[in-house]
Amino acid sequence: MASVSYRNVWKRWGDVVAVHDLNIDIPDGEFLVFVGPSGCGKSTSLRMLAGLEEISDGEILIGDRVVNNVAPKDRDIAMVFQSYALYPHMTVYDNMAFGLRLRRTPKQVIDERVRETAASLGIEQLLDRRPRQLSGGQRQRVAVGRAIVREPAVFLLDEPLSNLDAKLRVEARTFISKLHQRLGTTFIYVTHDQVEAMTMGQRIAVLNAGKLMQIDTPTNLYDHPGNVFVAGFIGSPSMNFFDNSTLFEEGGKMIVDTGYFRVEVQKERHELYRPHLGKKVVFGIRPDNIAHSQFVPPGIIPAPVEANVDVVEEMGHEKILYLEEGGKTFLARVDPRSDVRVGQRTQVIFNMAVMHLFDAETEQALQ
Amino acid sequence: MSTQTQPVRQKSPGDWLTSGPLRFLVSIGVPVIAFLFLRWSFVLLRDQEANRILVAFIALTIGVFGVWILYLLTYYLTEQLPERLGERVRPFVFVGPAMVILFIFLLYPIGHTFYLSLMNADSEEFIGLKNYRTIFTDEQMLITLRNNGLWLISVPLFSVSFGLIVAVLVDRIGRWESTAKAFIFLPMAISAVGAGVVWKFMYFVRAEGEIQIGFLNAIITKIGGSPTNFLETIPLNNLALIIIMTWMVTGYCMVVISAGIKNVSTEVLEAARMDGANELQVFFRIIVPIIRPTLITVGTTVLIWVLKVFDIVYVMTNGRRDTQVVANQMYTELFRGGSVGLGSALAILLLVAVSPFIVSNVRELRRRRA
Repeated sequence: MASVSYRNVWKRWGDVVAVHDLNIDIPDGEFLVFVGPSGCGKSTSLRMLAGLEEISDGEILIGDRVVNNVAPKDRDIAMVFQSYALYPHMTVYDNMAFGLRLRRTPKQVIDERVRETAASLGIEQLLDRRPRQLSGGQRQRVAVGRAIVREPAVFLLDEPLSNLDAKLRVEARTFISKLHQRLGTTFIYVTHDQVEAMTMGQRIAVLNAGKLMQIDTPTNLYDHPGNVFVAGFIGSPSMNFFDNSTLFEEGGKMIVDTGYFRVEVQKERHELYRPHLGKKVVFGIRPDNIAHSQFVPPGIIPAPVEANVDVVEEMGHEKILYLEEGGKTFLARVDPRSDVRVGQRTQVIFNMAVMHLFDAETEQALQ
Repeated sequence: MSTQTQPVRQKSPGDWLTSGPLRFLVSIGVPVIAFLFLRWSFVLLRDQEANRILVAFIALTIGVFGVWILYLLTYYLTEQLPERLGERVRPFVFVGPAMVILFIFLLYPIGHTFYLSLMNADSEEFIGLKNYRTIFTDEQMLITLRNNGLWLISVPLFSVSFGLIVAVLVDRIGRWESTAKAFIFLPMAISAVGAGVVWKFMYFVRAEGEIQIGFLNAIITKIGGSPTNFLETIPLNNLALIIIMTWMVTGYCMVVISAGIKNVSTEVLEAARMDGANELQVFFRIIVPIIRPTLITVGTTVLIWVLKVFDIVYVMTNGRRDTQVVANQMYTELFRGGSVGLGSALAILLLVAVSPFIVSNVRELRRRRA
């Protein structure tokens, strides 16, 4: 087992910067998720750690050893690939035993470890099959088995669930979380799916355009996004943003004017926001925090807003409203009993206790 | 010509021709017209006096459109048959000509060759398997068979190995890959006779003391050796010939194997590297087993070519000094006034030897398509 550190790590392809000055410390035994849109540098970061990609600048440490010039095979890591990358000409048993055999592990030990690992993953009946005879879910388990049978210090997973169908993916999610609890090894997991990131990661590193946007626990990312990108990326449906908002004070009240409507800022935040009075800000609020006026949850700081109903999506346990005001569309997630119809003008209630303000220039949260 | 094809094409579906008598007339008339036209063109083509350009034009159009007309016509005729009978006959209309051609130009000659192989030198007396006995007992023939064995083992082995090595190496040289491949593939585009000329100069030898203009001997004498007559020295001469064929087919092996290697997923190779494999282990334990079917197909294809090897030997040594191979021996027996019987027996022997590899290749091809 080992900790992992990225220290001022850069990756450049000619003039293109794929990873921009990455600094992360991953303590031993943590489940860290790299998440971000495609091309954000998350896979490249993982592959640099794996030794499959040169590090252009900076250092990567596994434990307290700088591994920049260490071959992949000597880094004491294992990886599950998106395509699973099973050896097609070998049986499941041989796939799992391959790494151990290369390390000249005694035959008996190999046999013991392979069978034990296979049993723990529920694939012991597949040991004699070849990869092409397996289903997607089975292949995925074999790929995991091949990685953990070597008992690596760090376990890397590169989008391991994206080739599974939706139902299997949910199962595999809990399977991998449980595996992490059982092994207690450092897991580093790459995904573009924020739901996977939120459900599995102990901490999540959100990357965009090669830069680390924020790294924090799932709850903190959701509740306190550090910038517009993270606020929009985490959570589904994503946060509503009102870009051309202004903040001003009027008769002891602090008001956000979005250009479409005005809402009042709660007293507790006045001090925090005072330096930004009169400046351009981005006002953000999650659809989850907009209720219909008929079903207002208790304990919120309400701010009523009127809008036209464009679309109503009935989800059964909730309704998603596409609201429109002055040409601006925003979403609300309301109680399914709310009586709303398309074309109607309706009143929704913003919960101002959980609204977000960002600097319009820097896109950083005002905190 | 094209005005002739026009009505046939329109009438062949036969659906607008619903009236009985007209239909009857057409079904008689169209074939008759087509027959008359083809007959006229045949006569014209034989005519020595006719305009050359016209003859060439007619020959071309008949070559292209004549076949087309024949197919349309027979198809049209099956349309006239009762539906169930027509349904049964139709496949034969299309497969039939091919079968006939195959029979005339392939099966019949094979049968006839076999028949000749049981006859004596001038095909007048039946002598049973005596020709075959000669092949397997005659001293000269045994050398020929031994040489073929030598070729069969060395050329596929050398060319597939070199092809594999080169394919792996060019895979890593980046943007020069296609250029390098083109150069290595080039010998494949040269005819065996051309290759013979190239290698004649490689192996060329002059008497000791003279200036050596052969590439190899020039080098040998430069570094102080004495010139070697590569093509006349036993057993070096066989190797010298085998190298030529290897030089020719390595490019082919490389191209096919390279395509196979490109199909090996990079993630699988990366997985192996992370599993602890060094580059040699990645090569022998991952790449080679994965592309094994390709290697076998390439190997058997080369094997078939080797079995038929003729021109290289014919051009370079013509079988002198223990370099004879079966195909050249066959040619000598058949066309150089040797023995038709013996030549035919050699041909049959070659056919029998090639067949299993062809079958295996076809099977492999089918398996991969499935």
